[in-house]
Amino acid sequence: MTIEGLLIILLKIIGAVIIAFLGVILGLFYKGIDRKLAAKMQARVGPPIRQPFMDFFKLMIKENIVPENAVPWIFNGVPVMTLVATITILFYLPIGNISPLLSGYGDIVLIIYLLTLPAIGMVVGGFASGSPYANVGAQREMVMMMSYELPLVTTVIAIGWKLSQVYPQLNVFSLAVINAHPIWGLVGPLGFVGALLLLITLAIVTPGELSKIPFDVPEAETELAGGLLVEYSGRNLALFSLADAVKTIVMVSLTVALFFPYNIAHLFDLSGIFAIGIDSLFFLVKLLLIMFVEVTFIRVAAARLKIDQVSYAYWVPLSIIGLLGLSLIVLDTIMI
Amino acid sequence: MKLNKYFERSLWVFHLNTGSCNGCDIEIVAGLTPRYDLERFGIKLVGSPKHADVLLVTGPVTHKMADRVKRVYEQTPDPKAVIVVGTCGTSGGVFYDSYNLLGPVDEIIPVDVYVPGCPVRPEAIINGVLQAWIKLENLRESMKAAPTK
Repeated sequence: MTIEGLLIILLKIIGAVIIAFLGVILGLFYKGIDRKLAAKMQARVGPPIRQPFMDFFKLMIKENIVPENAVPWIFNGVPVMTLVATITILFYLPIGNISPLLSGYGDIVLIIYLLTLPAIGMVVGGFASGSPYANVGAQREMVMMMSYELPLVTTVIAIGWKLSQVYPQLNVFSLAVINAHPIWGLVGPLGFVGALLLLITLAIVTPGELSKIPFDVPEAETELAGGLLVEYSGRNLALFSLADAVKTIVMVSLTVALFFPYNIAHLFDLSGIFAIGIDSLFFLVKLLLIMFVEVTFIRVAAARLKIDQVSYAYWVPLSIIGLLGLSLIVLDTIMI
Repeated sequence: MKLNKYFERSLWVFHLNTGSCNGCDIEIVAGLTPRYDLERFGIKLVGSPKHADVLLVTGPVTHKMADRVKRVYEQTPDPKAVIVVGTCGTSGGVFYDSYNLLGPVDEIIPVDVYVPGCPVRPEAIINGVLQAWIKLENLRESMKAAPTK
């Protein structure tokens, strides 16, 4: 291996550390904004924006209780795995006009696989805690995973297929390519409606993926007393809350990458470091707006569904909306 | 036991009913409504004692609940505080010599703050949590002064 190769690997490692660090901080910061916005919508004052940070530091000093009938190495290992899997997805997502850190090493199909890892981690952790509440929560989480996968994949496949029709020579599932060619510019009026339906599908899959109201059945504070997380305390719970915060950023960034990859630097004739700066800022604004719609607004406006209703909602109406969007895009392409 | 300055700013409370008439329980819920909004102090109602920092105990302890109270107290991870809400839990109230009671809460588990009232007002509960906050702050100061202990 040459010196240059080693240098690139070193740069990637430094980049990974920076992105992991920023991702966690950004996740907690956006969680604070989310809680503040939700409070404002309910005519409350709400907690300060740094509240999630204080919660995190508090949880870190708390005692870590491992239940008697839990499997300790799984019970303690799963929170770390969940957080690491979530942060890994960040390396594959483009930020502003900066291409993904590991671009070329994995595409959006890998991201979909990685997205199931935190959920699987929580399921394993729930079963390992040896509590009936966590057990029920874990089973519900598995049902949820099976439910939202089809609409999510439909969205991704539709965009990939459309790109493959327009640019057959490109690697269509690479996020850098998707980021460079927004779907809205490639389709006609019929396909535009289809893309809109796909956006709706993804917007409804997001709260399910994040276990937020109305799809928070695995955690269900009022009936399952915290569900999957019921036995977790102290450091493990802090790691799970970090993973949840980062996953919010991941899912919202995915929406941005798939549907709103626009940058504004060229409007101001900026280049170099200024372009990166302003595009990153614009990216943060996009994240905020989409998080408000996909997470905060839905969370405040709706009440929790039952698990059979969640399953039905994902399998029947949402899958139909997604497939309709897909077929509209196909129809649009064939008719041209 | 460790404490840091973020601890008081993010007290997660677990509500434990040891035989209350539900009057105080409703007032606790009232504290979380938009009018009183306990969340602005970082106070959150959690569903599991494993997540809790503060136990809000309401009602006098019945014979059946005594064992459960102890178990919930032991399940709450350290550091923790216990706040007794309502006259019944504080002293037994009008039921002080009832045949089916074991006694007020402080005969079963150590209590940090008492909030009297029948039922208590949400303002009183907020004040009670504030007292627990001050108590934890003093504890932290004393721990800082004598780090070996």
